[in-house]
Amino acid sequence: MKPPPFDYHGPVTLGEALDVLAEAGPDGKVLAGGQSLIPLLNMRLAAPAHIVDVNRVPGLDGIEAGQDGVRVGALARHAAVERSPEAAALPLLRQALRLVAHPVIRNRGTVVGSLVHADPSAEMPAVLALLGGSVRLAARGGEREVAAADFFTGPMESALRPGELAVSAFFPALPGRSGTAFHEVSRRHGDYAVAGVAAAVTLDEDLRVTAARVACVSVGPVPVVVDVTTACGPRPAGSAGWEAAAAAVRDRIEPEGDIHATADYRRHLTGVLAVRALRDAAAAAHGEEA
Amino acid sequence: MTTRLFGEPVQRREDARLVTGGGRYLDDLGAGALAAAFVRSPHAHARILDIDVSAALDVEGLVAIYTWEDLPGALAEPLPLLIPHPALTHGRTAYPLAKEIVRHVGEPVVMVVAPDRYLAEDACALIRVDYEILKPVVGIEEAAGGAHLVHEDVPGNVGAHLVQEVPGHGGVPAREAVDAAPHRLEFRLDIERSACTPLEGKGVYARWDADDGSLRIYSSTQTSTSVRMAIAAKLGLPLPKVEVVAPDVGGGFGVKIVHPWPEEILVPWAARLLNREVKWTEDRREHFVSSSHERGQVQRVRAGFDDDGRVLGLEVEILHDHGAYTPYGIIVPIITSTQLLGPYKVGAYRVEFSSLYTNTVQVTPYRGAGRPQGVFCMERTMDKIAAYLGKDRTEVRAANFIQPGEFPYDQGLMFQDGRPLIYDSGDYPEALRMLKELIGWDSFAEDKARAAAEGRRIGIGVGCYVEGTGVGPYEGGHVQITSDGRVHVSTGLTSQGQGHETVFAQIAATELGVPIEKVSVVTGDTRRFGYAVGTFASRAAVMSGNAIALACRKVREKALRIAAEALEADPRDLEITDGTVHVAGVPSASIPLATVAVLSNPLRYAFDEEARRATQFAGAGSDDRPPVAEGEEPGLEGRDYYSPVRSTFAAGMHAAIVETDPDTAEIRILRYAVVHDCGKLINPMIVEGQIHGGVAQGVGGALYEKMAYDEHGQLLNASFMDFLMPYATEVPHIETAHLETPSPLNPLGIKGAGEAGVIPVSAVIASAVEDAEGIAIDRMPISPSDLHHLRLER
Ligand SMILES: Cc1cc2nc3c(=O)[nH]c(=O)nc-3n(C[C@H](O)[C@H](O)[C@H](O)COP(=O)(O)OP(=O)(O)OC[C@H]3O[C@@H](n4cnc5c(N)ncnc54)[C@H](O)[C@@H]3O)c2cc1C
Repeated sequence: MKPPPFDYHGPVTLGEALDVLAEAGPDGKVLAGGQSLIPLLNMRLAAPAHIVDVNRVPGLDGIEAGQDGVRVGALARHAAVERSPEAAALPLLRQALRLVAHPVIRNRGTVVGSLVHADPSAEMPAVLALLGGSVRLAARGGEREVAAADFFTGPMESALRPGELAVSAFFPALPGRSGTAFHEVSRRHGDYAVAGVAAAVTLDEDLRVTAARVACVSVGPVPVVVDVTTACGPRPAGSAGWEAAAAAVRDRIEPEGDIHATADYRRHLTGVLAVRALRDAAAAAHGEEA
Repeated sequence: MTTRLFGEPVQRREDARLVTGGGRYLDDLGAGALAAAFVRSPHAHARILDIDVSAALDVEGLVAIYTWEDLPGALAEPLPLLIPHPALTHGRTAYPLAKEIVRHVGEPVVMVVAPDRYLAEDACALIRVDYEILKPVVGIEEAAGGAHLVHEDVPGNVGAHLVQEVPGHGGVPAREAVDAAPHRLEFRLDIERSACTPLEGKGVYARWDADDGSLRIYSSTQTSTSVRMAIAAKLGLPLPKVEVVAPDVGGGFGVKIVHPWPEEILVPWAARLLNREVKWTEDRREHFVSSSHERGQVQRVRAGFDDDGRVLGLEVEILHDHGAYTPYGIIVPIITSTQLLGPYKVGAYRVEFSSLYTNTVQVTPYRGAGRPQGVFCMERTMDKIAAYLGKDRTEVRAANFIQPGEFPYDQGLMFQDGRPLIYDSGDYPEALRMLKELIGWDSFAEDKARAAAEGRRIGIGVGCYVEGTGVGPYEGGHVQITSDGRVHVSTGLTSQGQGHETVFAQIAATELGVPIEKVSVVTGDTRRFGYAVGTFASRAAVMSGNAIALACRKVREKALRIAAEALEADPRDLEITDGTVHVAGVPSASIPLATVAVLSNPLRYAFDEEARRATQFAGAGSDDRPPVAEGEEPGLEGRDYYSPVRSTFAAGMHAAIVETDPDTAEIRILRYAVVHDCGKLINPMIVEGQIHGGVAQGVGGALYEKMAYDEHGQLLNASFMDFLMPYATEVPHIETAHLETPSPLNPLGIKGAGEAGVIPVSAVIASAVEDAEGIAIDRMPISPSDLHHLRLER
């Protein structure tokens, strides 16, 4: 369990980082928190010739909240976002982050790294997908902003191209009278979820459901976003059709079986969690109004 | 200050060092040593066609590459079969490096030595081994089918077959007893594979001293003395020229009692050949695929019983998955077969096992060593009888208990030490009474009804076991009091974190009447004590504890004799308190043990102030006797051995309350209670620690851990990412109560405690989940996904 040989680069400016990445091309890998990359290297499942450690690049650890949402820099650690007053504007960030791994891993791992890593069992990609956020990618030639729907392209695959650095991610705010929740089942505390559901529900003035969406983890190649507004509303949250929504979700997902759970169980579980998440999200939306 | 420390919850003396990073584990040693790494088989069953090392030769600083063809003499032979048994008709062991055939993923094929582990692994990655893939045998059913063979010369994959039968009254065989019983049940039980997974894997570090012609080996082992003998034999070295030291060892749980591991002889061999220090530290993936596993068994049960639930006849047929090799013999299925009976009297008993080879990692004892399977079998039987008769589960157990007046109780079987299975002492009805009180058994029905009214499902479970502990043949202890008053205790068996530095010091301090601060303990170092068996089978406290106590008694007797002479008193009137010998009731007539130590060693040279008192002109000793009397030895030391006639039998009963989620099928342990009887407690805090650790491992076996092999014999979860060892968050708070039924077999009245916690957990959790769900739980571990499917099948 020792990594194969590689060249280590420790750029100290963004420009230098982008130069190194440009030169390394497909042979380069960004090292952020290292919580996913280092195990891959040690197990020799990845063998990049160049490791570009961006931890010394200044200005990448910002967490900024505006009217329209929260922007998280590439070096903002899970733990920093979890505790950040700015990020608190979007409760779903914290709801999801407390389900990500364990405190020591959250102290090093980054939110943006988690997005680029694009594990279909990870929470943060589901959050970005649910909110319709985006990732900002920088390369020597310039920057581009890629929407979540286009960013996650497959299991452990994102739209990041060789030579690019993800500099930040943007999580848009929800309209007023919205609430969110994240429910998951993992085999052990802090493990990747067997199944998990993030939900966002928006109510109108009469507290009827006007929008309801879920994003499901571990049940497809990428986070599976399902709009369940029609199944739920427009009815008062108290009598919304959560079960019908769950049925719609069960139809949409494509779970696979593995050593931890069968596909059927994952399908069943996702429905159960969808009901719980939607109900809690609606309650949160209601609480905000009251 | 009292020196009566036996029985006190003394704080572990090793912890300050260990928790502040002061431990010296194998990989902390030998910073400048060359590193070894291994090319291991990626296939479960294959023939080696060719090994091409040419690409690896370019790796910077490469020192050596070895294959089986390079091994000389005894090294080229198969590894020893450590525990032969007449029923093990087809015992097979591996070669240190594979010869022609590999039989499981992870089997070592090539050894590389390089300046560091990075380079060694780079070289491994460049070595090409061509294989002809053979059909692998995976899983008990496939092995039993015998269509394909793991070893060409082992028909039906059967390594061993053993039947033990204890007929009932009038010689009625078990089958007839079952058939004639008023009620009968038949069922099948399955237990998955798990493994010890100590935090520290194995590791070996060897130094050859060419000038001295001697070899020192550090190994993360549970038996340094036997590793030493194995290395001397394999390398053809004189025993006095080989030293083996077990440094701090980060857990063993059974896997490190197996020896010599291939690496344990290859690394010393290479060190000598290269005349360089060589070290190998096992990594986690290696540990999963090339150490040992345990637990995998299928059991078919037939039970016959009367209206009270008394078992009149019991027939058990066990298929035991032994993996690819049998270096540790058939100890695991023997223990399952014999310890299955637990605290119960069974009318007639027949147990038969077949030990089967599969193309998977070998199976050797893991904490509990076959007992968790046996207890699962017996306790499931008790629950099924209760369900069948509509009786309380504890009532059925009580109806079958051996009663306190019936000891010594002969179960009529032969135990793992080759001796009759005779229980020495116990009080099972009292233990059950205590457990029911602790968990609130009798009021649980109300709790359950209340929970049901809230839409919650809870269930309670119970499990009982008896554990043969402290198996022989012997252990020894050596105790020396030096002229500075310090007490040096050593014993040959090793420590893997159990707290031996504390409990052995408690025993010595109590026996000798010295403050514990004066006592130091060394274990597992053949330079200090050469004769030992090892640390396994919950035997260290019983075996070395008693040996140390006996050695202390020798020292004490000698000290009193010498002190009596100096004080002109009768030795029978002397006592030792706080390190000072004094006449009982006359505190002024006293002499420190340090001085006694000086006087015990007549000297010519006064190398320090104290030593003057023992020199020839100091006036000590009499002129008409030799300075060292006949039959005496200089110095204040004693050595003694403890060799028990039989094992001593500890017992325990556990109960758990679980909650199952009606929707997600998650299983949560709400409460876990343990009543434990290991005879006299040397240190209740350490016993509780052992229980907690054991229960934690048991929770792993019950709810999380399994070795997921696919049909090709690939282990799919060879990492802690997917092999789910419970975290602290998965282990419940554990409530304990102690019962002390002393063992009549040894001077200290103690029984072993090391394995206890793990033994009944799967049985207890199955019992509780079954109670919550009303579904038979016959296969462990159980995951939420499993429970979900059981619900659907209902
Ligand atoms: C035991 C354990 C449990 C875990 N459990 C969970 C869990 O339950 N849920 C969960 O979501 N995660 C979990 N994780 C993963 C954790 O969240 C990681 O921190 C995260 O996936 C990756 O973040 P990182 O900063 O460590 O990235 P790294 O490991 O440094 O990198 C991961 C990948 O992303 C690329 N990368 C990282 N940052 C950038 C960037 N700015 N630009 C371009 N490429 C980049 C790297 O090149 C690499 O390919 C767990 C990890 C461990 C070790």
